Amino acid sequence: MSSIKVKLKEKDIAKIQEICKSFDNKPGDLINVLHKVQGEFGYLPAEVQEVVAENLNVSLAKIYGVVTFYSFFTMIPKGKHPVSICTGTACYVRGAEKVLEEFKKELGIKVGESTPDGKFSLTCLRCVGACGLAPVVQVGEKTYGRIAPDDVKNILAEYEDN
Amino acid sequence: MIKLIIDKKTVEVEKGTTILQAAKNIGIHIPTLCYMNLGDLNIENKPGGCRVCVVEVDGRRNLAPACATDCAEGMVVHTHSIRVLNARKTVVQLILSDHPFDCLICAKSGNCELQDLAHKLGIREIPYQGEQSTYREDTSPAIIRDVDKCIMCRRCEVMCNEVQTVGVLSAINRGFQSVVAPAFEMNLDHSVCTYCGQCVNVCPTGALTEVDHTNQLINDLADPGKTVIVQTAPAVRAALGEEFGMEPGTLVTGKMAAALRELGFDYVFDTDFAADLTIMEEGTELLDRLSKHLNGDTNVHLPILTSCCPAWVKFFEHQFPEMKDIPSTARSPQQMFGAIAKTYFADKINVDRKKLVVVSIMPCVAKKYECSRDEFKVDGNPDVDYSISTRELANLIKQANIDFLGLEDADFDNPMGESTGASVIFGTTGGVIEAAVRTAYEVHTQKELPKVDFEELRGMEGIRSATIDFDGLPISIGIAHGLGNARKLLEDIKAGKSQYHAIEIMACPGGCIGGGGQPYIHGDTSILKARQKAIYQEDAQKTIRKSHENKYVQKLYEEFLGKPMSEKAHHLLHTHYFDRKKEVFID
Amino acid sequence: MANYKYHLLVCGGTGCKASESDRIVNMLNNEIRENGLSSDAKVVTTGCFGFCEKGPIVKVLPDNTFYTRVTPEDSKEIVMEHLVKGRRVERLLYVDPETKKHITDSKHMGFYQKQIRIALRNCGFIDPENIDEAISRDAYIALGNVLAGMTPEETCNVVKESGLRGRGGGGFPTGLKWEITRKSQADQKYVVCNADEGDPGAFMDRSILEGDPHAVLEAMAICGWAIGATKGLIYIRAEYPLAIKRLKIAIDQAMEYGLLGKDIFGSGFDFEIELRYGAGAFVCGEETALIHSMEGSRGEPTFKPPFPSVEGYLGKPTNVNNVETFANIPVIFNKGAKWFASIGTERSKGTKVFALAGKINNVGLIEVPMGTTLREVIFEIGGGIKDGKAFKAVQTGGPSGGCLTQKHLDTPIEYDTLIEAGSMMGSGGMIVMDEDDCMVSVAKYYLDFTVEESCGKCSPCRIGNKRLHEMLETITKGEGTMETLDKLKTLSHVIKDTSLCGLGQTAPNPVLSTMDNFWEEYLEHVEGHKCRAGSCKSLMQYIIIPENCVGCTACARNCPVNCISGERKQLHVIDQTVCIKCGTCMEKCKFNAIEIV
Repeated sequence: MSSIKVKLKEKDIAKIQEICKSFDNKPGDLINVLHKVQGEFGYLPAEVQEVVAENLNVSLAKIYGVVTFYSFFTMIPKGKHPVSICTGTACYVRGAEKVLEEFKKELGIKVGESTPDGKFSLTCLRCVGACGLAPVVQVGEKTYGRIAPDDVKNILAEYEDN
Repeated sequence: MIKLIIDKKTVEVEKGTTILQAAKNIGIHIPTLCYMNLGDLNIENKPGGCRVCVVEVDGRRNLAPACATDCAEGMVVHTHSIRVLNARKTVVQLILSDHPFDCLICAKSGNCELQDLAHKLGIREIPYQGEQSTYREDTSPAIIRDVDKCIMCRRCEVMCNEVQTVGVLSAINRGFQSVVAPAFEMNLDHSVCTYCGQCVNVCPTGALTEVDHTNQLINDLADPGKTVIVQTAPAVRAALGEEFGMEPGTLVTGKMAAALRELGFDYVFDTDFAADLTIMEEGTELLDRLSKHLNGDTNVHLPILTSCCPAWVKFFEHQFPEMKDIPSTARSPQQMFGAIAKTYFADKINVDRKKLVVVSIMPCVAKKYECSRDEFKVDGNPDVDYSISTRELANLIKQANIDFLGLEDADFDNPMGESTGASVIFGTTGGVIEAAVRTAYEVHTQKELPKVDFEELRGMEGIRSATIDFDGLPISIGIAHGLGNARKLLEDIKAGKSQYHAIEIMACPGGCIGGGGQPYIHGDTSILKARQKAIYQEDAQKTIRKSHENKYVQKLYEEFLGKPMSEKAHHLLHTHYFDRKKEVFID
Repeated sequence: MANYKYHLLVCGGTGCKASESDRIVNMLNNEIRENGLSSDAKVVTTGCFGFCEKGPIVKVLPDNTFYTRVTPEDSKEIVMEHLVKGRRVERLLYVDPETKKHITDSKHMGFYQKQIRIALRNCGFIDPENIDEAISRDAYIALGNVLAGMTPEETCNVVKESGLRGRGGGGFPTGLKWEITRKSQADQKYVVCNADEGDPGAFMDRSILEGDPHAVLEAMAICGWAIGATKGLIYIRAEYPLAIKRLKIAIDQAMEYGLLGKDIFGSGFDFEIELRYGAGAFVCGEETALIHSMEGSRGEPTFKPPFPSVEGYLGKPTNVNNVETFANIPVIFNKGAKWFASIGTERSKGTKVFALAGKINNVGLIEVPMGTTLREVIFEIGGGIKDGKAFKAVQTGGPSGGCLTQKHLDTPIEYDTLIEAGSMMGSGGMIVMDEDDCMVSVAKYYLDFTVEESCGKCSPCRIGNKRLHEMLETITKGEGTMETLDKLKTLSHVIKDTSLCGLGQTAPNPVLSTMDNFWEEYLEHVEGHKCRAGSCKSLMQYIIIPENCVGCTACARNCPVNCISGERKQLHVIDQTVCIKCGTCMEKCKFNAIEIV
């Protein structure tokens, strides 16, 4: 159950409607619509899914079923600086797990959570395809390669000020 | 034709036949779990998910699910090789390893397909134990979801989405955590659920069951300060016998009345009485709207839609609220009964309505919800206190050590036990509108019907239509059962394409005989047909077969209500509907 | 490309971009401008060179100089030395790990010597965002020829004769698939490119799409002609933003040039391509699941038949091939089916791209002829095991595959031999493991993946794999018994035998193959409560070697649970009942006084 209650503004609803319309309100484009909407809001709170359901004429349960099926979709807002640890095989054998532990320790949160101040969130992802740089960590758009647990503090320090 | 060998027996089948069906043709019953085929209703669920029906096919690398694999020429199939038996057992053991072990006290015990399967396969241990997936239990006014017991057969999902098009249930999450649930795992009473109970009817385990009111009833019956009266819906008498091993389609009206009296009800009445009353009100409303329409009144909308079915009412309140002025305002028979019982009858026996407990026996779980609607209460006291299902009644009779089969037939009490053939057929699709036609014809034409039976309105087709000649005035009638079919007719009305004057809608496939509170049919749709036949048989046996000829109904109008659609009738027997579009809330 | 004296090819693949190859391009351009060389030298951002281990890579043509691990700050030196003075920057050259000599020409590098690049032919050579460069290397010629002179049937036949088999994992003959789809009657058919590369540790498809998107577009159009489809869809992972961007550019350019769209080459044949995004579900690599996902539903597989070739996207006949399969197509038409069939082995034709990763010196993307042995790949192309450790296993086929060992090193890489050896080709992930990897943990890692990625539709996969994972967990904790091993094996076989789709049917492979090849490790965990790789925390102890301990207190001060006691300059002791085996003490000890037993 979603713990976050959001009141959508008129313009948010209009934005979702516009996205749905750009796909001709076709139920078959549900996943494309959800991608676009998540791109807009950063996540997919229940209220947003309701508007999508209404516009695409798809049951809310089906949308929730799709959102919870695909790991790319999230109902929890990401931190300002989302930290993603690659846990693909190449990174795994090169010590990604230790790096992950270090991030958990430093940030004091579990995978899938955000820090209370909303600054960082922590997720795992499977193979970003930069196996030459394993283990790999992404913070926002930036990719860090060949990370050791000791580097974690320094990486986080880069985002201290904002 | 295709020839293949199953367990060393040669069998010839049509192209497109599954191994499961081909085996069945020669008497080999391959066990299934997720598979569901409601043949007469054209409903099939074969996700091939449970893997219980796997068989060995020579030349194939893996085992094949018999339910989803088509026969091919020259195929050699083994349904009970050691490889198959081991695999099948292991699969069931795996399912059990993620299932609560509370069989002894589970509401579905004795009726559980998983329990049966474990028994049939001789499973005596669960070697693979580990984490069990758990979810929050959800109790609504009518249905309990205990999805720890969900085995992901997806039958409920098919019923809710494809058959009923209600869209409350969907598979959610992924992998071990996946389960069938409403959006955001919200409670059913926050959703667009209609409580039709078709999910309950097809659930193989105890994941979906009805809310049980039997304990409350036992307490009320034992309370000397309360007068407890009961009404029984028409479809109950055509199915209750099944719970006692009787042939499907056996009418048990008399035994049922006797059993209810033995259980200790102070008065044993019949919802059929209220069904006749419903026809008086609804039929009059139909004629009223029809004549206004024919006289060119553009404020009057046609078709008129029946409103006896609470699941259907909730369906249009959620999905088509803009059309809420189209259905008849007549309350359902259950609620008409309650309203009359707690006024007219309570006065007659001089009992305060708060001391009078009105119980209904219904083939339905949505009726439990209907009783709880605020507009059917007076100062918080409900017209019908609660409703129990056919299944719950059978259970109660068993609890009370009543030898049901040995009971002598008994009659209902009066004044609310008298009914006509027209009211009995309320229990099947097509019945309400046929009953309405019988009365409306005679009231409108002032002539006696040449023939009471309207075969053209009967049947099992999902959507049917017929034109009835009202002595020169052709009345066009539509019938839908199953909410998916109802939706089609509603979409037509919305689009201005509907040609009907009146439409009957029942939420459950088959009508109330296939209701969510009826004995489980475990996929055997011939049972529905047998129940339907029994209903028409009871109608044919009745001496009076038109609602307006019910003497006690006539008396009720004389003594109490005046005439149909009178102000009093309006107050007690009619209702209004709500726009529930925005009512779904997320918490 | 002839107008310039020098071309500087800078790798713009995801890996190198992550190491600021964009900035290298900018700085090289600045330096070139400042030195007045703008008419002599041109900087081109290309797709992946494959040699990701040494990225970012800058290659200078015409002399094939291969600079590795270039930083933006090296740009000035490259321009000043190489372009201005004509001298190579020695320190950036690749050093042969054996001879320790600098190698100037990339052709002489062990990494490239054994490779034949068909699918990767343009990766690292062209600017993928410029259609003219693709055309200069024969893009769309095959499509032109097919449309000008071949019937759909003939087109299918060429692919059949080439012997090309699906590169996505299953190895189904591509030409046959095309033919079945061609023969299915329908008013609309679809060509689908499966770019939902989901194997952890595999990045073949991404590199092809990033480096040579037109190869895939052209092949899809050829397929469209062959099967009678006018619409193509690429189902691509949303996690591949760069590939998506380049595909979009490529589609727009091809439309503009009339190589896609209406009436291609005046042949009357129309073909359009749209992108569809995956959303992070490994199971969507399975074609029926992929199709459901494209239709906007949960990506749950359905039982086959019906196959997509008969009933696919929106119920219409649909031909699904993966990216690498498509990338081979134009070359087959340009050079002939016979030529293609001459490469590889009897049963597996052509080449295969692998993403070589793990404990290996040359991590990267390679393409080798079918039949190349694992030894050649790991020790010649891959340059052997990292840090001089001993080779232990190689995992192929991702979560569906298995772990092969020393005894398999001379196995030729083919679809069938890999299956016989207990693994599979899969889409091309190849992860090398060394003595530090615990094979029980590796099996657990893969099961962890399949448990997370199982769609949940069928019970053996949904519950069975979860139980396998739990049993492996028990074993790595030292709580397993011989009975656990027994059950593990029995259940694995049932899951393989009864699961609905390929994901479930192959999920136990990592367990079974490690049990087959590393049985003694399982036994050690169960009977001896020992993990020889020292990776199962519950089975190991950190102890202090009395002879080496000088009593510096570093370990005790840093221990997060204060379980190390000992006075200054006295021997320290670890309390095993409290120790959480984090390894901090060992990291902090400067006297090698702590060891794992």
